[in-house]
Amino acid sequence: MTARELGLLDVDAIRADFPILARTVRDGRPLVYLDSGATSQKPRQVLDAEREFYERHNAAVHRGAHQLAEEATDAYEGARETIAAFISARADEVVFTKNATEAINLVAYAMSNAATAGDYASRFRVGPGDEVVVTEMEHHANLVPWQELCRRTGATLRWFGVTDEGRLDLSDLDGLVNERTRIVALTHQSNVLGTVNPVEAIAARAHEVGALVLLDGAQSVPHMPVDVRALDADFMVFSGHKMLGPNGIGVLWARPELLAAMPPFISGGSMIGVVHMEESTWADPPQRFEAGVPMAPQAVGLAAACDYLDAIGMDNVLAHEHALTEYALKHVGAIEGVRIVGPAEAEARGGAVSFVVDGIHPHDVGQVLDDRGVAVRVGHHCAWPLHRRYRAVATTRASFYLYNSLADVDALVEGIRAAQRFFGTAGS
Amino acid sequence: MRLDAMYQEIILDHYRNPHHKGLRDPYDAEAHHINPTCGDEVTLRVALTAAGGEVDGSATVADVSYDSMGCSISQASASIMTDLLIGKTVDEGMRVLEEFTELMHSKGQGEPDEDVLEDAVAFAGVSKYPARIKCALLAWMAWKDATVKSLATHEEEAS
Repeated sequence: MTARELGLLDVDAIRADFPILARTVRDGRPLVYLDSGATSQKPRQVLDAEREFYERHNAAVHRGAHQLAEEATDAYEGARETIAAFISARADEVVFTKNATEAINLVAYAMSNAATAGDYASRFRVGPGDEVVVTEMEHHANLVPWQELCRRTGATLRWFGVTDEGRLDLSDLDGLVNERTRIVALTHQSNVLGTVNPVEAIAARAHEVGALVLLDGAQSVPHMPVDVRALDADFMVFSGHKMLGPNGIGVLWARPELLAAMPPFISGGSMIGVVHMEESTWADPPQRFEAGVPMAPQAVGLAAACDYLDAIGMDNVLAHEHALTEYALKHVGAIEGVRIVGPAEAEARGGAVSFVVDGIHPHDVGQVLDDRGVAVRVGHHCAWPLHRRYRAVATTRASFYLYNSLADVDALVEGIRAAQRFFGTAGS
Repeated sequence: MRLDAMYQEIILDHYRNPHHKGLRDPYDAEAHHINPTCGDEVTLRVALTAAGGEVDGSATVADVSYDSMGCSISQASASIMTDLLIGKTVDEGMRVLEEFTELMHSKGQGEPDEDVLEDAVAFAGVSKYPARIKCALLAWMAWKDATVKSLATHEEEAS
């Protein structure tokens, strides 16, 4: 099949937009970047947008009446509209945070702060007898904040297990998500397994019992078309830096009626209504959740990243990564002595391919790959319980994006074989 | 190839055939250390023998035993460490630890004293890779921890 028939993008043209991908590493080796699941590289268009903001419009947004302040505020709020539209949402439903982790904490802290907030926040109160449901495949970012919420409030943490095949075990959906459940927090796409979870079915059950649903979209929004309303979630979080955007900006999307009823997480300037020495009132969302001078240049950069992805088309990005994933599962999976941790088929599965190589620790696999210019992630990828579940101390993870090619996967396969030769293990 | 500079033959030998591995009795104290970035673990026991009346820095490291899982660097480092420390006094061992720690933070620029570090000089190449320094130091930190605990235990018993 031709590249076009496989659904592959014109990678050479795309790579020309990413200066870093042209550099060499480790004594002149061309860089093969397979760590976009950790952070993506940035195209010139994003860097230029951020630079232009600093060079032309820089000022503290929502403050001051001078021209630059107006321009900066327009750029910031314009970016909010672009980023909201990227997930088929409205601008007033989008809150900017530092990253996806902070966005999850924002919701978790709003729920514990609800205990001492006014009646407006009563639907967010949790306490003993209430339950919070997560999954065994969560990134620590979508696990630890909920453990902490339960610890602070006396609520009980429960979780979906995973199957040997790397899918969510939904056999006890109705038992796990019940009338005591206050929120179900789950990843849309696993950062380790690549698994895309059946969000609609879980959301339907959660809403049947009056529970909220928070989706961790850190690994899905960068890689597939996402329509938050179609997914029927109540909250969705993602990070800018994993989707070609700058570091230091993340997004919390929420249904507007929920944002309106949520007490703030971080307080300070900009998020207030009226301030007296004794007490204060809060601004309406999204400002209520954006204390301090916000990251306007990063918002502008993230909007440029959304424009970049839109121009290519998220359907095309998805098809490209699907082809890469299929190819990687086939060729990495075919190496003797290699076990893929996650679904063996590319259906309902994104481009994170984690694996163990018999007899070689992932750190050592990663070292050999690095020596050849191939950048992967090794370790537990902030999903320690999941690794425990699959009896792996750690794994090696290759993760793909729109700038990766089949040749990059070939380099990975060659590198794994080289590691097997170097350490003298089976399969070489 | 740069790999050979890091994975010296001596490291690979110790990795494949680790010395003094396995937990043994008797022991004075045990430490369990984890590298939180990768989940690698070591459980390490120290047995000390007093030189004179009291168990202090002059005591001899009678045994270091360990159980561990991890990469080649962390496994080889534990093995080489036990070769170096068993039979030395605690004070001497702490000096070797200092020398090794300094080497690991030398970013590849260190000039290790082979008289002190012996086989452990092979880790000089590892110090060029910041992500691997913790691997090399994991067992050493566990030894330090277990030794400090051992001394404290004896002090309590004596008082």
